Amino acid sequence: MGKPTGFLEYKRELPRRRPVAERINDYFEIYEEFPEDKVRTQGARCMDCGVPFCHTGCPLNNIIPDWNDLVYRDRWKDAIRVLHSTNNFPEFTGRVCPAPCEAACVLGINEPPVTIKQIEKSIIEHAFDEGWVVAEPPRTRTGKKIAVVGSGPAGLAAAQQLNRAGHTVTVFEKADRIGGLLRYGIPDFKMEKRVLDRRLRQMEAEGVMFRPNSHVGGNIPASRLRAEFDAILLAGGAESPRDLKVPGRELKGIHFAMEFLAQQNRRVAGDPIPPHEEILATGKRVAIIGGGDTGADCLGTCHRQKAVSVHQLEIMPMPPEQRAPQTPWPLWPLQLRVESSHEEGGIREWSVATIKFTGDANGNVTQLHAVRVGPPPAFEPVPGTEFVLEVDLVLLAMGFTGPARGGMLEELGVQLDARGNVATDATYMTSVPGVFAAGDMRRGQSLVVWAISEGRKAARSVDAYLMGRSSLP
Amino acid sequence: MSEQRVSIGLPAPQGLYDPSRERDACGIGFVADIKGRKSHDIITKGIQILVNLTHRGACGCDPETGDGAGVLIQVPHAFFARECAKFGFSLPNPGEYGVGMVFLPVEKHERLICEGILERIVREEGLTMLGWRDTPINANAIGRIARASQPYIEQVFIQRAPGMDQDALERKLYVVRKRVEAEIAASDIRGKGFFYIPSLSSRTIVYKGLLLAPQIANFYKELSDPEVVSALCLVHQRFSTNTFPTWQLAHPFRYLCHNGEINTLRGNVNWMHARQSVLASPLFGDDIKKLFPICTPGGSDSATLDNVVELLTLAGRSLPHVMSMLIPEAWAGDPSMPQEKRDFYEYHASLMEPWDGPAAIAFTDGRVIGATLDRNGLRPARYLVTHDDLVILASETGVLPVKPEEVRSKGRLQPGRMFLVDIEEGRIIPDEEIKARLASRRPYGEWLRQNQITLNDLPAPRRWHPTEFDQLLVRQRAFGYTDEDLRVILTPMAVNGEEPVGSMGTDTPLACLSDRPQLLFNYFKQLFAQVTNPPIDPIREELVMSLASFIGNERNILDETPLHCHTLKLEHPILTNYDLEKIRRVSWGDFLATTLPTLYRVEGGEKELERALEGLCRRASLAIKSGYSLLILSDRGIDKDYAPIPSLLALSAVHNHLIREETRTQVALIVESGEPREVMHFALLIGYGASAVNPYLAIGTLEDMHRRGLFPPEITFDIALRNYKKAINKGLLKVISKMGISTLQSYRGAQIFEAIGLNRSLVEKYFTGTASRIEGVGVDVLAREAKMRHDYAFREPSESETELAVGGSYHHRVNGEYHLFNPQTISKLQHAVRQSSYKTYQEFSELINNQNQNLCTLRGLMRIRTNPRPIPLEEVEPASEIVKRFATGAMSFGSISKEAHETLAIAMNRIGARSNTGEGGEDEERFRDSRRSSIKQVASGRFGVTTNYLVNADELQIKIAQGAKPGEGGQLPGHKVDAIIARVRHSIPGVQLISPPPHHDIYSIEDLAQLIYDLKNVNPQARISVKLVAEVGVGIVAAGVAKAHADVILISGHDGGTGASPLTSIKHSGVPWELGLAETQQVLVMNDLRSRVRLQTDGKLQTGRDVIIAALLGAEEFGFSTAPLVSMGCIMMRKCHLNTCPVGIATQNPELRAKFQGTPEHVINYFFFVAEEVREWLAKLGFRTLEEAIGRVDRLEMAGAADHWKARGLDFSSILYSPPVPGRVARRCTTRQDHGLEQALDHKLIEHARAAIENGTPVEGRFPIRNVHRTVGAMLSGEVARRYGSAGLPDDTIRFHFTGSAGQSFGAFLAKGVTLTLEGDANDYTGKGLSGGRLIIYPPKNSTFRPEENMLVGNVVLYGATGGEAFFSGMAGERFAVRNSGATAVVEAVGDHGCEYMTKGLVVVLGPTGRNFAAGMTGGIAYVLDETGEFSSVRCNRASVDLDPLEDPADTGLLKNLISRHLELTGSPRAEWILMNWEEMLPRFVKVFPHEYKRVLGIPRAAAPALPLATPATAARQVVHG
Repeated sequence: MGKPTGFLEYKRELPRRRPVAERINDYFEIYEEFPEDKVRTQGARCMDCGVPFCHTGCPLNNIIPDWNDLVYRDRWKDAIRVLHSTNNFPEFTGRVCPAPCEAACVLGINEPPVTIKQIEKSIIEHAFDEGWVVAEPPRTRTGKKIAVVGSGPAGLAAAQQLNRAGHTVTVFEKADRIGGLLRYGIPDFKMEKRVLDRRLRQMEAEGVMFRPNSHVGGNIPASRLRAEFDAILLAGGAESPRDLKVPGRELKGIHFAMEFLAQQNRRVAGDPIPPHEEILATGKRVAIIGGGDTGADCLGTCHRQKAVSVHQLEIMPMPPEQRAPQTPWPLWPLQLRVESSHEEGGIREWSVATIKFTGDANGNVTQLHAVRVGPPPAFEPVPGTEFVLEVDLVLLAMGFTGPARGGMLEELGVQLDARGNVATDATYMTSVPGVFAAGDMRRGQSLVVWAISEGRKAARSVDAYLMGRSSLP
Repeated sequence: MSEQRVSIGLPAPQGLYDPSRERDACGIGFVADIKGRKSHDIITKGIQILVNLTHRGACGCDPETGDGAGVLIQVPHAFFARECAKFGFSLPNPGEYGVGMVFLPVEKHERLICEGILERIVREEGLTMLGWRDTPINANAIGRIARASQPYIEQVFIQRAPGMDQDALERKLYVVRKRVEAEIAASDIRGKGFFYIPSLSSRTIVYKGLLLAPQIANFYKELSDPEVVSALCLVHQRFSTNTFPTWQLAHPFRYLCHNGEINTLRGNVNWMHARQSVLASPLFGDDIKKLFPICTPGGSDSATLDNVVELLTLAGRSLPHVMSMLIPEAWAGDPSMPQEKRDFYEYHASLMEPWDGPAAIAFTDGRVIGATLDRNGLRPARYLVTHDDLVILASETGVLPVKPEEVRSKGRLQPGRMFLVDIEEGRIIPDEEIKARLASRRPYGEWLRQNQITLNDLPAPRRWHPTEFDQLLVRQRAFGYTDEDLRVILTPMAVNGEEPVGSMGTDTPLACLSDRPQLLFNYFKQLFAQVTNPPIDPIREELVMSLASFIGNERNILDETPLHCHTLKLEHPILTNYDLEKIRRVSWGDFLATTLPTLYRVEGGEKELERALEGLCRRASLAIKSGYSLLILSDRGIDKDYAPIPSLLALSAVHNHLIREETRTQVALIVESGEPREVMHFALLIGYGASAVNPYLAIGTLEDMHRRGLFPPEITFDIALRNYKKAINKGLLKVISKMGISTLQSYRGAQIFEAIGLNRSLVEKYFTGTASRIEGVGVDVLAREAKMRHDYAFREPSESETELAVGGSYHHRVNGEYHLFNPQTISKLQHAVRQSSYKTYQEFSELINNQNQNLCTLRGLMRIRTNPRPIPLEEVEPASEIVKRFATGAMSFGSISKEAHETLAIAMNRIGARSNTGEGGEDEERFRDSRRSSIKQVASGRFGVTTNYLVNADELQIKIAQGAKPGEGGQLPGHKVDAIIARVRHSIPGVQLISPPPHHDIYSIEDLAQLIYDLKNVNPQARISVKLVAEVGVGIVAAGVAKAHADVILISGHDGGTGASPLTSIKHSGVPWELGLAETQQVLVMNDLRSRVRLQTDGKLQTGRDVIIAALLGAEEFGFSTAPLVSMGCIMMRKCHLNTCPVGIATQNPELRAKFQGTPEHVINYFFFVAEEVREWLAKLGFRTLEEAIGRVDRLEMAGAADHWKARGLDFSSILYSPPVPGRVARRCTTRQDHGLEQALDHKLIEHARAAIENGTPVEGRFPIRNVHRTVGAMLSGEVARRYGSAGLPDDTIRFHFTGSAGQSFGAFLAKGVTLTLEGDANDYTGKGLSGGRLIIYPPKNSTFRPEENMLVGNVVLYGATGGEAFFSGMAGERFAVRNSGATAVVEAVGDHGCEYMTKGLVVVLGPTGRNFAAGMTGGIAYVLDETGEFSSVRCNRASVDLDPLEDPADTGLLKNLISRHLELTGSPRAEWILMNWEEMLPRFVKVFPHEYKRVLGIPRAAAPALPLATPATAARQVVHG
């Protein structure tokens, strides 16, 4: 299988990112085309391990060695079948997943790992190009009705699985478009929305019903769902952003990252934004608080909006450039990551805590006061290191604390766990019989790949709950 | 089991012990006067042979009690006439009465009942009782244990009916005996176990018992009486695996004594049973029914063979005829065999399957006496004929002193040949004459041509099943196909014609523990030969193998008609759809086929399945009644409602049903099934009785894969199918050969399998006679598994699921089988050892130990009974003591890298534990530093096994088998052999190395004893360990090994690793160590042998809990391989065989080796963690030391698995059984073996050589020698090597001359500087492991025969020699210079398989060779004088060598020089003659030049001028490969 000596013969190679000077002028995806023969060569680097760590490194348990081999052998149609067998949306994960599989790749012990994510993306794009991704409506309907609340990756994955199992599925989304974070969280330069739309078209063709502008617990009472559906799956995400409780937080020009990112995605989609609602970095000095992926997305967006300067502040110390010893292979490595946004500019500061904001007479933020701190968990301020940043816009990208409280959850009466997420048993069922939960709403903020995984597993449980047994994977 | 052993002495089955697995082997011999002159001297000589073969026997825990010995002589009429008169009755003329030797119950009343029964039956059969004679015995002559079980021994005299001729009397006596045996066996006489009739004949009488050879003449006093005379005397010395007192299993039996083992016994007995219904003979008439059962239940293999010989002989065939029929030559693969002879064998192959297995059989009916050897020649037999017509045949030469000038000739029995003395005709009848006479008895060839057909002869069918592609996926799913089956199994077979190869061991759950539905096939494990019996190399020794079989209605085997060969001959058992259709539509002679569907209504579950099986059996019976002779069991036609009955279940149900009905031989069973696809499946179907298999779905799958373009373009469907058949056939040969079976025909129905996790009722009903020892699943679970597959198959598949299940048996997959080594456990373990974190180790061990989630191993289902009052941890012995019991497994330098190998050694040395060289030798640089492996392995390849290597060991481990591939050899591919490895292995870089399946010096238990003795001589300080693999009966083998004086016995589990092995072997052979270890412990304790050996176990040991369980089950020491490798960085890539290990462990690629990151500390951390966990368990158990835990099986219990659908049926009581023995019988090692080294002649030699050893002063000495002097020179050489390393002493520093017949292993491991000269002859293994010394052997100067035509040295001479010289003026036996890797030898003729597997060195043969010369030879050179052209045309196996003329002056110079030295050193007349005719002889020499060697030397093969092309084995190849 594969090419036994491929890893000795070929070097790791990825598509190039478009030149920074070009890409910061648009919101198109940043990667250049990558010829398929190169993808196949990369597939040949897979060693077909007896114990493929990638396969369990991946939360979806993608059968990576198999499709690597199939790509190497030019058997794309078989490859998409294997890929789809564990992953409903490889086009999403192939773009936005941080690829824990690659961190676990055995080749990665002492060589650059196999370009698993790129191969995944190539397989699904090839399949769409060839027209192989077609609707798979169920042959028979069970007559069971299921409501899925939330149309992010967890909700969509569950909806597709349950629909294919023959149930009648309705997806409720409070926003005006379907997609949740896929739609409004991820910037277009990482994933263009046509990618999402073509998948939604497939799902619609399969019979999934989408209800945008339907806020369960808001404009739709949860009780109606209870009455009309045989089962409910909650996949509303972990929407509550972590706030920064320091003096001056109330000043204008301080926003949560999601407000900023979602607005830009609407803008790219062509939606008019009322001027008083606009959050723009254009011509501004920006500080992004939070050094994670969301922060990086803000960073890339700020550059595209032509900010004057951008600082990204992180309270944790700077990680080592190589895998830190406390996270040995095959664990997810603690190490410095350089996202595309970081290539585009900005200043990254580490071990910095924000003390307060100050503003001008109009209540606009103008200064960010910070101090350098010691290592976790104490984050002891280092005396004498206080400094001030002149800022016009502050974006808070410090993560999320859990699902939105009140509303639907309260109405349904589901119990929460200690961390404020929806508590479930091993079958993803909440404390309320027939009500299930999956994704960030259940496990807290996490990766798209986990969301899909949760959606699939929850779907199996819902199916088994309704039918007595399930043949879903 | 339907037939339980009832012999006295052997215990009843208990725990894991099953008396039916007992083995024995031995020394045999006879002495006879060719002219038939009777004398007492013959008997004296016979007994003397026995005494001189004592070392081939054994004694158990009581040194005075032997395993058994006996003699068979002609009835000494004069003596009996005299004696009977004293008892008040007189005897008629010789030949008019029969005399019986009778073992009777000791208790008088019971004895009288037995006598009464016998007398009544004698009268009922029309004979006359003459009287009884108390046989005078001396009970004090025998051992304590023998005495305790000694029967009352009497002789009975029975007169013929008036007018009866002697043959009729013999038949009547046979009837009498069978009736008496049956009646007493069925009676309720308490002491009936004692009752046994060693012989009852008018011609011969047997004296035997639980005796040591020297005791026999004292015990049976009359054997010393000068009036007891005979013209022949057949003798036997037994070496059994047990110490149980069993008088009746001593040989000789009535017609024969046997050294060897019938591997196919189970099948042979079943077939005999099935044949009984059609037995008829005019000679017996109605009496025939009185003979049933022909095979006495409870008989050993030899006894059973004797039963059949007796029947066939008394029914009218001559003894040589019978022997040729039961143990035929390898006729199918021998193109040089005359057609008539081949016809004879082929005709008889239609009558009966061979009784297959290693055998030297000596036989007599009192008129002729002879011996025959199995087709492989795996047992030695040498003979000597004197000028005054005495013939002596024995397992060894030199068993009787004969003056050299009296010797007329010396010879050996050759494979498949017969040696016969007709004392009535007064001459020796040569094999050719016997066979020619037999072959011309009837027009066998004519009969065959008229009555036998092949598939090709059958008319083409008009229609046959095409592949139904639309049904394919459903069927694949229904029959449990996985993606791995296609990718891993079928593709390599279709593309390369080879079985797929893998590496590392299996770590998936046993079928009975797996959550996934398993094919029934997976519940079975292949058995394999070890110690008592060698596996065969089916590739290099292809000529003895055959896949051909003959199907058709079997007829009365007592008769001989043209219709007996009215058979369909199949070249191999795989049928295409086209082939099957021919058979289905056959209409020719008696052939008529019908198809019986093997489907059942799946919704009905277990009940429906059982009903369907009953119906199937009923229909089969009916079909036979209606005259059908071929039953096709077919599962075509599954649908939504009907699922297939597992094909093996359907087949075996019918097979066993028909055996019970005694109609089985009237039909052939053919399986048409979608289920079988890999080798194991076919092996099982055939092993349970199928004549042929049509794997229609495997074929369809191949066609579909081809259609989908999944094969390389050059592989058409036809090629793929041909390759597939070839791969399966080769795989089948491998499976049968690992059991030591050569022919598929005798494998059929032989049931060479053990079941794991099938319950008793299922096995008894459908797999009668198969071992299944821990209960398990029944028909209900099989039905449930079938339903799971069926539901999956008939559910509409979606586009977003894989077409087939992913599998995951070979490579880890989340939705596949569970693996013990998975990403979690591997990374936990690596993190623990790298960070020195015991806490992380505990997380690892928790994952392994806690098998609640994923059942995987038997030990996972055990619970340790802790002590309610644990002791404090501080009171338990420290971890540093516990780790001393640990060893790393035998991983060769070659299979793993230098870095990895040395890291393990350093780690183990540092903690006082042991590492193991593996079979690849060890670089001498490492011998005296911390990189030294203290265990040095001696495996079949003998790579780098020099004297110096042996003396630098603390332990010498004889690897009999390896868990991943028991019964198989190995190969190190050329790309892994770099310069250093080649140096260490004494081979050539870049040339692949082959380890033979067997050790060629271990074909039996007494051979193993000899090798142990050899090694102990070389290095008396080292302990000797023997590595076995767990299978049913391993405990019994281990008992034999303990008696062969091993110090340590290692029981390996089936899950051990490998650098490369066929996947079939990795997955399907051997059983878990829990079973093997427990059986071994039980059997050793029962035999009171446990105290002398230490037990070690290995096989996926990972945690302290594993260690504790092994200790409680009886192990003192523990071996680990995979876990230490993982500690060093192994990530279970399973690519060891590809040399691409990305972490630098299992590779020789320098680029990859550089990536090795392991350190000794990692390994040390791991072992200390394990030891720490052991301590914690010990504290909980209340033990202060690990020693206290050993054998405490009472502290184990089975954990309930009530909630697991499969495991809940398991029952471990047999594993947890503790034999009830008195307290004085030790349950662990408490003493040492007595190796008997003090008698070695070498003590004297060393004394004589003192000056040489100490100061290098040359010494010389002269000594007489006898066959009891074994391994002469080895201890002396050990002394030399210990002081001087492999450099040894200067040439000829020590020169010793011997006269006489040397015992086995003369000159073994002879070191440099030692020259041994022998005037006389020598036995097997001469010059074994020669390490630089010189051996010179020539016949006595005053002999009268021509040396080059007489046997001088035995079999397997120079095996594994690494250097030195040998000059033999005479003939050598089979396998001369096998695995030679450096010695130079000159010899004047050799037997079969000369220079096999040779990798280096030089061999000159000045005369004829046997067949298959140079098989597997990859290096070195041989010069062979081919006077007749026969060598080049048929004798040499040219698969790996070229035959070139000698043209290069370098060659001719070298050759001439060697021959001159040969003349000078041995005085060889042959050498003299050749040198005198040099110009004429030189062109007749052929240079045997291996292809690979040429390639490495850069000599183009095309340049080699063509010699006359051989026509070798084309016939054989066709047979084998179809």
